[in-house]
Amino acid sequence: MKLTIGHLYPDLLNLYGDRGNIQCLMSRCRWRGIEAQTIPFERDDKIDFEKLDIVLLGGGSDREQLLVCEKLREIQPDFKKYVEDNGVVIAICGGYQLIGKYYKLEDATITGLNLVDLYTEQEPGRLIGNIVMESPLFSMPVVGFENHGGRTRLGKGVKPLGRVLYGNGNDGRSGYEGIVYKNVIGTYLHGPLLPKNPQIADWLIQKALEKRYGKPIELSPLKDQEEREANQYIYHRFVKKDSE
Amino acid sequence: MIIRRLLAVWAAKGAGWLCKKMGRQGVTWAGKIALKIDPHILEELSAQVREKTFTVCGTNGKTTTNNMLCAALEAEGKKVVCNHTGSNMLNGVAAAYALAAGLNGRLDADYACIEVDEASTRHVFPRIHPDYMILTNLFRDQLDRYGEIDITMNILKEMMKKVPGMRVIVNGDDALSAFLAMSSGNSYVSYGISKPVMENKTNEIREGRFCKQCGERLVYRFYHYSQLGDYVCPNCGFHRPSHDFDAENVTVGDQLSFYVKGRHITANYKGFYNVYNILAAYAGVCMAGFSGEHFNDMLKKFNPENGRMEQFRIGGTSVILNLAKNPAGFNQNISAVFQDPSPKDLVITINDNAQDGTDISWLWDVDFDRLGEESVKSVVVSGIRCQDMRLRLKYVDIQSELEPDVEKAIRSRLKGHTGNLYVLVNYTALYSTHNILKKIQGEKA
Repeated sequence: MKLTIGHLYPDLLNLYGDRGNIQCLMSRCRWRGIEAQTIPFERDDKIDFEKLDIVLLGGGSDREQLLVCEKLREIQPDFKKYVEDNGVVIAICGGYQLIGKYYKLEDATITGLNLVDLYTEQEPGRLIGNIVMESPLFSMPVVGFENHGGRTRLGKGVKPLGRVLYGNGNDGRSGYEGIVYKNVIGTYLHGPLLPKNPQIADWLIQKALEKRYGKPIELSPLKDQEEREANQYIYHRFVKKDSE
Repeated sequence: MIIRRLLAVWAAKGAGWLCKKMGRQGVTWAGKIALKIDPHILEELSAQVREKTFTVCGTNGKTTTNNMLCAALEAEGKKVVCNHTGSNMLNGVAAAYALAAGLNGRLDADYACIEVDEASTRHVFPRIHPDYMILTNLFRDQLDRYGEIDITMNILKEMMKKVPGMRVIVNGDDALSAFLAMSSGNSYVSYGISKPVMENKTNEIREGRFCKQCGERLVYRFYHYSQLGDYVCPNCGFHRPSHDFDAENVTVGDQLSFYVKGRHITANYKGFYNVYNILAAYAGVCMAGFSGEHFNDMLKKFNPENGRMEQFRIGGTSVILNLAKNPAGFNQNISAVFQDPSPKDLVITINDNAQDGTDISWLWDVDFDRLGEESVKSVVVSGIRCQDMRLRLKYVDIQSELEPDVEKAIRSRLKGHTGNLYVLVNYTALYSTHNILKKIQGEKA
């Protein structure tokens, strides 16, 4: 089996160890004998979404998001079709904000890709720190780090990725974090997200293979001792304190 | 007011004496007390500096550059006040002045060499009115604390404009720093390395690939490391300035050697990045009006003793301790480790305390795959976030042993291993690891 990962604008959107997410997807495919390749797209490259199985949209500074904003308008129709056809997307932090309708900054508004019914508005004070949540998609907790000035609000019927157990999440008030829409996951969590949350990496790989090969797929399990222990460390430190 | 200042100086000295053992934290505390008693102590004492005040800012190399410049000025027979320990926020800077003052509350100093945390320039610059600012480089560092590099740049620019008479001594090989110097309106001189020295084949994270002036992608003729190199913007013409202090014929090996303005400089250091630190200090001492004739003598005696490539000898094992706190620094550290081709063991300690930055995602921006080289015989991961470090290495196919306790991790490599140990630590692990190594060294003596 074969998978192609499209990494969108890594030279602009590459904050917070994003390339760890690519390394994680690539390794987890390789360990299972799945052939995987990553295509990094720069600002002026043409993107053929039909050839892609997973699209990664990472985080960037507000200024860098403004620089890609123009480009997004051009790729929007193809990207939208890809999503509606159950294409797999992982959008993180700045990328998460960009899949929504808009991101309103203090002095500018970034028009988003409008792939998912959500919008983001900047408010004073950044939400920064470790974060832990539970997601109905997985039995293992989801852990990471968040750092965002934008508060993201979801449209009616849009499902969050999970419930916040520790930290802030989408807007610091709702108690929810991220979104799941079709095969799209959007989240503020970096750390990077996937190495400590192999359950999400495998969800993305599985959905991508199922779509590419048009049949149910079960991934062969990996040992994941280091992944689990790193995840558990954060969970126990911030949520379930170990009894002495 | 003189009474207040006297009290402040005495109290700081008392506090400083009491908690010498606390190291850096003690210094910060002494500064806090001095400022509480006399909120104007920094303005008053810094105004007593007879000649010039230098500040050093930038992500990496501040402490080494600042201490080296201080030593260079002392080698010229000058008295210098300096925040040697690297306490570079307001309290630490205040402490440096208060502790250097005499019991009469007066400062006897020709020069001041003060490194300043970028975000703290807002509190420090208006009080000490620097004559010079050395700007070393800008890399991603502690994104949770400083936010994006753009935010740091905005703060620095604002502060440079607030002290328009301050001359900037800038690393012109860094497009971000050079842009700041050029756009601030302050007069500046540039230092750097105009010709390529080492092959740069790593897939490093590079900041500021897009022109800060117009947003176009910068074109690079070559990179030294990270984003340092020879750049030009094809759209607006923004380009690397020609260097007033250019390191030529640079060689890197067991020691560093280069020429600047006809002077041959040699230093017993590993690490290509030290060329920049030395060059910046040399530019500083020349800008102060000296010929730099004592500079090489100073370098021979200069021992940072602060965990920057600090060497220990424990039984039959040579131990080198070095600070690595962000991707650019870590990548340079790895290069420095590999300037030694002999078999070696590694201990990597990662903490996530406030001063380290609580976000450790930067580990994934370091090119750890290079540790897969044959000469690395074992890697032990330690510190608060050793789990993350072990996972990071797993994804570049490097096996490591987990030992959260730093002392145990180090002791485990002293017997039955290569006898050549490198200990790479991030910020808050530095002082404790330094003390652990001193202690073990003492035991064996």
